[in-house]
Amino acid sequence: MNLTLILFYVLGAVAVLTALGLLVSRSAVYAVLYLVLNFATVAVFYLLLGAPFIALTQVTVYAGAIMVLFLFVVMLLGAEKLPKGKVLPWQRPLAIGLAVVLLAEAGYLLFQRIQATAVLSAPGTELNTTEALRTLALSLFNQYLLPFEVTSILLLVAMVGAIVLTKKEKGEQA
Amino acid sequence: MIGELGGVPLYGYLAISVILFTMGTLGVLIRRNALIIFMSVELMLNAANLAFVAFAANYGVLTGQIFVFFVMTVAAAEVAVGLALIVAIFHTKHSIDVDQMSSLKG
Repeated sequence: MNLTLILFYVLGAVAVLTALGLLVSRSAVYAVLYLVLNFATVAVFYLLLGAPFIALTQVTVYAGAIMVLFLFVVMLLGAEKLPKGKVLPWQRPLAIGLAVVLLAEAGYLLFQRIQATAVLSAPGTELNTTEALRTLALSLFNQYLLPFEVTSILLLVAMVGAIVLTKKEKGEQA
Repeated sequence: MIGELGGVPLYGYLAISVILFTMGTLGVLIRRNALIIFMSVELMLNAANLAFVAFAANYGVLTGQIFVFFVMTVAAAEVAVGLALIVAIFHTKHSIDVDQMSSLKG
């Protein structure tokens, strides 16, 4: 068993456990911190997969910007915990049952498809990091230039939308 | 690294991806806190991203990584609008329990 495989198993366990922590934690602040750890482990997965640019984007955009925004809203609202309300009695067992069905279904389909297409897998072309990054950038700014520009409009619209949603109307009481 | 996935088989990454996606779905289904439901959606997006990058590495093409880049941008936009919505709802309802968001108006 090589070192990468051991690292993979450890990180996989951490990823699954932190996701479980997100599911069961009562406090929203803990949930945010679990999710940050989850995103960090996924970033290491990206590094293992030879995608350093995506890994760093994951850390800065997801674990950094997005989760800080979440943490900010959690603390701003002061709504870390919900009061005990009445819960639908059948909701939790039904949800777990459906999730198990989804897991089995998705796992079965993916693995069946993998076995069918495993022969198509390209032989390993060794790309060093700089070369891979260069190829990614060239692809992004040539072939995918239009989606890239549309993305900027999307971000602008989202920004304006967020401002409009949170702005108080003139003369409206808080 | 690309192609052989650094000694880890492709299905290892896909298994992690499937498990994380299912847990995200479970989080959306069982939690009542709107913020945690939102975080579970982020978890699902992340699981899909992991599958994208794993396939990109397996087939030795970079298109999967480009897609992940776009998914991340869309997720950032989604979080900005979604959190603004949650703040607006909290200001009117004084709660972020999704069970209480049952009326369309006010």
